[in-house]
Parts: sequence; structure tokens; C-alpha cells
Amino acid sequence: MSFPWANHYKPSHPLMVWLDEKLPLPRFVYNAIGAGYPCPRNLNYFWNFGVLAGFCLMLQIVTGVILAMHYAANSGLAFDSVEHIMRDVNWGWMLRYAHANGASAFFVVVYIHIFRGFFYSSYKAPREMIWLLGVVIFLLMMATAFMGYVLPWGQMSFWGAKVITGLFSAIPFVGEPLQQWLLGGFSPDNAALNRFFSLHFLLPFVIAAVIILHIWALHIPGSSNPTGVEVKSESDTVPFHPYYTAKDGFGLGVFLVLYCAVLFFFPNALGHPDNYIPANPMSTPAHIVPEWYFWPFYAILRAFTSDFLFIPAKLMGVLAMFSAILVWFFLPWLDTSPVRSGHYRPLFRKFFWLLFIDVVVLGFCGGSPAETKYVLISQIAATYYFLHFLVILPIVSSIEKPQPLPFSITEAVLGTDEAAA
Amino acid sequence: MADLLKAEGAIIDPTDETGEGVRRRDFINIAAVSFAGVGGIAVLVPLISQMSASADVLAESSTEIDISAIASGQAIKTVFRKQPVFVRNLTQKEIAEADAVNPSTLRDPQTLEERTKKGKTNWLITMGVCTHLGCVPLGAGQGEVKGEFGGYFCPCHGSVYDTAARIRKGPAPKNLEVPPYEFTSDTVVKIG
Repeated sequence: MSFPWANHYKPSHPLMVWLDEKLPLPRFVYNAIGAGYPCPRNLNYFWNFGVLAGFCLMLQIVTGVILAMHYAANSGLAFDSVEHIMRDVNWGWMLRYAHANGASAFFVVVYIHIFRGFFYSSYKAPREMIWLLGVVIFLLMMATAFMGYVLPWGQMSFWGAKVITGLFSAIPFVGEPLQQWLLGGFSPDNAALNRFFSLHFLLPFVIAAVIILHIWALHIPGSSNPTGVEVKSESDTVPFHPYYTAKDGFGLGVFLVLYCAVLFFFPNALGHPDNYIPANPMSTPAHIVPEWYFWPFYAILRAFTSDFLFIPAKLMGVLAMFSAILVWFFLPWLDTSPVRSGHYRPLFRKFFWLLFIDVVVLGFCGGSPAETKYVLISQIAATYYFLHFLVILPIVSSIEKPQPLPFSITEAVLGTDEAAA
Repeated sequence: MADLLKAEGAIIDPTDETGEGVRRRDFINIAAVSFAGVGGIAVLVPLISQMSASADVLAESSTEIDISAIASGQAIKTVFRKQPVFVRNLTQKEIAEADAVNPSTLRDPQTLEERTKKGKTNWLITMGVCTHLGCVPLGAGQGEVKGEFGGYFCPCHGSVYDTAARIRKGPAPKNLEVPPYEFTSDTVVKIG
């Protein structure tokens, strides 16, 4: 959709006129991310992260397709082929580090994007579908990242694959056959490595397709904004191009400086040294940890150490870990406050920051060894995590007295609505 | 024409909107779509089944081990189905410790007798795969931590097994699995 005052695409060059009649692709781009898409004039830098996430996906696809040209998805060759990329292939070291750190960058960007959504309640009507599709994208990202981490076939790759597929064995009755079906054997081996490679190559393109739906759903109501007040008139908006292409371009520049700093100066800072040891099915590393972006969820998995009601501890941990993300699907209906932006919700704002701290604590515990004190902290933090979504959010929505909202976006920016005229 | 067919009983009046009777066109429609649907679902069988363990993976299923060199109190790690197996020669003290426990107090109640072969209670043969998430527990190798119950200790999530490899503490739901095996002689065990 677009607002009535949106600019219209008017090709001037005869070739573009001809193309517009046959295949109006330039018109589509113009209306989607060009001057034909009016956006709220007050978007802050947190609104850069959608574009940055799209950039990260492109970065991963480009570097990933190149790595696949040099990689061998065979349990006997995989580790050596990765070392071959690192040592022998021209620029191979850079491409692999770009891909490995690109995954981390992608998650940093997406976590900020998600927390932006939490703070500004981007999930609320009429934008529920954008949010639901976003959660689907996040789940696909997690699956893709997990399978990608298995491919180098180091110790962490192997034991990560074993532990994560072991989660499925917790499901009653069908668990063990399901795990064997997923792995194509009794423990991770060539069959598992091969199918993970196949799926790791496929899923990014599925993600790209869901992103198209995500943006399509976004363009129906249009972008939200930091006040949470809907667009009322032309003075509330500016065209996406050149205003937000420029702002996103600047944000991309800052992002690239930080990304390149990690890529060139600390390329292994976010990795695990044990993954430079070839996979050994006979010896478990003393301290198995997933990549940092899974730590909060890993902490929730480990928080269940004794049976709960009739449910065994192992199954409970698995259910809790998946529920931690699945609960996001219900968010648009758990937060019933009519006010969107956290700026105008004093009580909600406090709990938002508590949730943020809670997730950081969970992340810290998930990256620590399974010692009693960390498990205890995880248990408290995991309980709070679910309390936030299932209890606190609905209660806060009903008892909170929000601060007065500005009449319009223009008033919020310029003080009065007339000033825009 | 319709009247003629109706008279012959070939079809029910196609303009009949009462919902009674079956129209020939509906029957063909439902039959064709059902047939195509069943066919479509049947195609899923090979697509799903190809993911299961292939014949060569299933074939690697028996291992023979010479246990004559394992002294009392020692254990070795070997491989069955590409997974570690612990073969442990329990001491009299360890057997006594395992027997001293009342099985009904355990998470996965079993006695040492049930987990070993008759007359060979000192030979504890289990998979070296933690029943929590599949790590290899410590305790079989020389100098490894055996955990507070003297059996095995899984470093991943802290599951503790006793001298009969039964789960005593931590998140694992089951005792270490006993693979199918038999003594082919006094010193040779065939696993699988």
C-alpha cells in the first residue's frame, strides 16, 4: 500500500517506458524502497537494523556460495578442506572469517532488530503478520546457523550436532527413531554432515523468500515509528529515497567499520578454540558450548535439572527452550495496551529493561560451565523470562497509565502541527 | 437431454440444488482429487525414508573385544556403531556399593544383576553415551573423574552415574544403556 501522497513512478527514458510496460520491475523497486515509499519522518537509528539484517544475509550468501566451491562435505575431508580454505585458497582465510563472523554480525543486528520491536511494540495491530514472519525468519536463522557450525567438523561441530540432535530424543515414544532419522545413523557421521551441508545451502534462500513476505506485509500498513502514532498526513512522512537510503547508508558504513574491525583484528574472538581440533566421537570436550547467539536459549535448556510434574527433566528443558521463542508468536495478543511506543509507557519501559538484563544474564549463564551456581541463576532468570511474557506483560498492559501521546508525528518532531505547513 | 439421462438413471438432475443424491461431476471430482492426493502422499515415503540410516550404517553392528587384559578396577573404551562403549571390570567393593542401593529409590530402577550377565557381575558393559544429550561421560579412562558415586561423570551437564552405571544425579533420565552382547568365551565379548 501507499499513502495517497506517495510519489508516482514516471519513467522518462524510452527504454524505461518500454520496460515498464513489459515488466514493471523498476516501478516495483521504486514503490518498495525508492521515492515511492513514504516513511514516517521521525525514524531513529534503530530503524536501520532491518536493512542491515538484509545486508548480512546477502553477505552470508555471497561468502557462503564461494566457500562451498572449496569445501568438501565428507566426514573424512571436511576438516582438512576448511584448513585448505584457510591456508591455500587465495583469500580463503578472509572469506571464511567473513562468513563465520558474518553469522555473529547477523545475529547482533537481528537481536537489536527484535529488541527494537519489543520496545516500540512493533508487533501490535496492524503489524502482527510482520512480527510473526519475523519470528519464522529467526527460527530459520537459528537452524541455518546451527547446521553451518557443524560443517567444519571440529570437536565443537561434532558435539554441538550430537547435543542438539539429542534434544529430539527427549520427545516421548518417537524421540530416538526421530533422532536417528535426523542424523541418518546412531551418531553424527557422514550422512548427517552431508544433509546439513545441503540444508545449510538451501535455508538462506528460504529465509530470503520469507524476508520478501516480511517486507510485503510491512508495506501494507507502512513502517511504524518511535512515537507509535500512526501517520496522519503528508507532513508526517518523507520519501524512503533519498532520506532513508542515505540514513541506512550511513548506518551501513558504521556497521562495516565495526564488522571489519572484528574480521581483521579479532577473527577468532567469537569462535571456540576446540573447533580447531578435528571431530573425535570418542572424546567429549570438557565444556561444550554453542555459539554465543544461542547462549540464552542454552541456559534455559540447562535450567531444568529435576523432573517437573510428570515431565522428565530432559523433555522439560527442551520444551522450555523452544517455548522461549514460540512465546513470541503470542506477543501481539499478550500485550494488550493500545499504546505502542515504550516512550509513553513508564511501567512497561522498566520491565523492558529488566527483560533485557534477564536475557543478558541468561546468555552469560549459557556460556558458563554447568556448575551449580550458574544453573541456579539460569533457573531464576528462565523463570523471570517466562513471567515477563505470560504474566507481567498482560498485567502491565491493563494497569498502566500511559503518558499523553503527541497528536501527530509532525507535532512530536516540530512541536506544533502547523509548523510543518 | 438431462431429462433423458435422468429417466435412464444415469445421473441425477445437475440443476438439483437440494443437496440430495450424488452428482456425477462431484463424484468424478472427489475421486480424481483423492486419487491424486493419495499418490502425492505416497511420493513422500521415499523422500522421508531416504533420511533414515542407510544399509552400510546399519551393517556396522557387531564388535568383538578381548577383555583378558582388563584388570579388576580397570575399564576400556571401545566402539560400537561409531559410538563409545565402556567395558569395566568392577572390584568387589564397587559391586558391593551397587548392591547396597535399594533400586526402588532410583530414577531408573535396575539392579546390577539385571545389567550384567549371570555369573559375570563384575563385567559392566554399557554404552559410553550419556542418556541426557549424548556426551561421553568420564570415568572409563585412566585418571578420569568418576563422580561422587564412583561410576561415571558427564562433564556436559553434570549427570552422575554409580558403579552400575545407573543415573543418580543430574539431568539424564536413564541409566547408561546396556548394548546387546554375549560372552563367546571367557575372555572374548561380542557386542551387537
